[in-house]
Amino acid sequence: MRKVFSRPKSIKKTPFHYCPGCGHSLLHRIIGEVIDEMDLQDRIIGVPPAGCAVLAYNYFDIDMGEASHGRAAALATGMKRALPDRVVFTYQGDGDIAAIGTAETIHAAARGENITTIFVNNGVYGMTGGQMAPTTILGQNTTTSPGGRKETRDGFPINLSEMLAVARGSVYIERTAVNTPANILKTKKAVAKAFRTQLEGLGFSLVEVLSPCPTNWKMDTLASCKWIDEVMAIHFPLGVLKDLTGVKRDAH
Amino acid sequence: MRGNHVVAEAAVRAGCRFYFGYPITPQNEVPEYMSERLSNVEGGVFVQAESEVASIHMVIGASMAGGRVMTSSSGPGISLKQEGISFLSALELPAVIVNMTRGGPGLGNIAPAQSDYFQATRGGGHGDYRNIVLGPNSVQELADLTYEAFDLADKYRIPVVILGDGMLGQMMEPVHLPSEVQIKKLPHKDWTLTGAKGRPSRFIRSLILDPMEEEEHNWKLMRKYEKIIKDEVRWEAISVEDAKLIVVAFGIAARIAKGAIKRVREEGLKVGLFRPITLWPFPGKPLKELTKKVKHLFVFEMNMGQMVEDVRLAIDGSGEVHFYGRPGGVILTPLEISRVISSYYYQKRL
Repeated sequence: MRKVFSRPKSIKKTPFHYCPGCGHSLLHRIIGEVIDEMDLQDRIIGVPPAGCAVLAYNYFDIDMGEASHGRAAALATGMKRALPDRVVFTYQGDGDIAAIGTAETIHAAARGENITTIFVNNGVYGMTGGQMAPTTILGQNTTTSPGGRKETRDGFPINLSEMLAVARGSVYIERTAVNTPANILKTKKAVAKAFRTQLEGLGFSLVEVLSPCPTNWKMDTLASCKWIDEVMAIHFPLGVLKDLTGVKRDAH
Repeated sequence: MRGNHVVAEAAVRAGCRFYFGYPITPQNEVPEYMSERLSNVEGGVFVQAESEVASIHMVIGASMAGGRVMTSSSGPGISLKQEGISFLSALELPAVIVNMTRGGPGLGNIAPAQSDYFQATRGGGHGDYRNIVLGPNSVQELADLTYEAFDLADKYRIPVVILGDGMLGQMMEPVHLPSEVQIKKLPHKDWTLTGAKGRPSRFIRSLILDPMEEEEHNWKLMRKYEKIIKDEVRWEAISVEDAKLIVVAFGIAARIAKGAIKRVREEGLKVGLFRPITLWPFPGKPLKELTKKVKHLFVFEMNMGQMVEDVRLAIDGSGEVHFYGRPGGVILTPLEISRVISSYYYQKRL
């Protein structure tokens, strides 16, 4: 008998603590598969954030160094500069990367740090209980935007990936989602491309992943997946936002 | 050489290959020197970060990777680094942090001060922790202590703070620089993150959700601190044998006090100097020992009175402790100190 589906080598046997329907479990698996397929397990270092994925080091069977809230891109900068032949990636939520860590992220991209960021966007601060995030869309209900986010009270959401695409040092930026099988496959391809971008020394790469948070959205799993397509992706359109990999490769 | 250049050069000679900084007066010569120096040394990395916050987290990243790493700043910038310093302590990562202290609070000014003593010696950030804090009083000692700071940091896996001040950073003195260490000969670190090649994967984290486990982590840090208190206390005592009054001062204030003591000794006053070199761990025991013979201590600081609290705690009522300070970036003068000493000396009929 042939085994057709198994746990990636770079994912530990620890059961995930994530809520039912959460996108983190899927994304961990996707990254694990990519690490296996690219044979990176012994030369990749991950930087988990403060947030729901803070315990990522319990799940990934790779070296990991925890960053404080928002500082992953700075920490990864120090790490990658010290170990230029390793692959260094950060794994950050929207609150972590687009609010408290905006400066660190924008400047890492501007410097063209040769690191990869996996940016999980679920539009809320999940771990702390569903407060408004920088990516909460207008009208979205959260525990700190009662009655829905209003621009007059709460301001507008930030499209960080579009901002990062403008930075001179960023090379590859794509927004995907993990709400359908097709999108999951696209996400996997994007993660692999981001790691390849780094392996080729081209510069800053980032994959933003729209990810369901049924618990804090107060929806069931199916409704959450549908909401990503019907509402969230209108504000955060899926697709490649920047791809200079061909240009950069030629320039090398 | 200038103090700020010396701290940078001594660091490179100690094997520091990673420097992450941000401009702030009066320490700008450190990043300026490092930007040039580390560009010309194998494996050298200099990054001018977007903030002090980012720079200290770059320090964390390079330290996790096993490098000898340094950052430097002054007052307001050190406040911003405190988040990362707390993490360095929790994660047990070695690093060297230089504070060329300026007048505060707030933006204050860019003149020399010693007002960050509390911040440095009490940890500075959130949580229960201490850093090794070294207080040099000359450019030569700045070189020597910076050089040694990297060994101490690695030995105990702890952040080491060089608590200088704007004067020490800016003044020029002849200096004998230590010889360059060979990085390959430095002790192996068996805890670094380098990719799990030929070994199980590792992680370095400070989130410990179980309070019992976090308590044990705190006790583990405490045991380390106790060992440091036992083995690493340093101080200098000058002319204390026949002294009736002992001046206690650290860093640049001690240097200035040396001049004052020389002056009053010429007048026949029996005054000595006790100078803590490690500000944490504070040399409390040797100071208390001195109070068996000398009952009058006079503390001079360029702040409103910070180290004086450690002096009082250390001698625990076994003598009289008095304080004279100039906060806000005002520099004590030898004349001023000698006047304060003599007036006290005669008043008490010592």
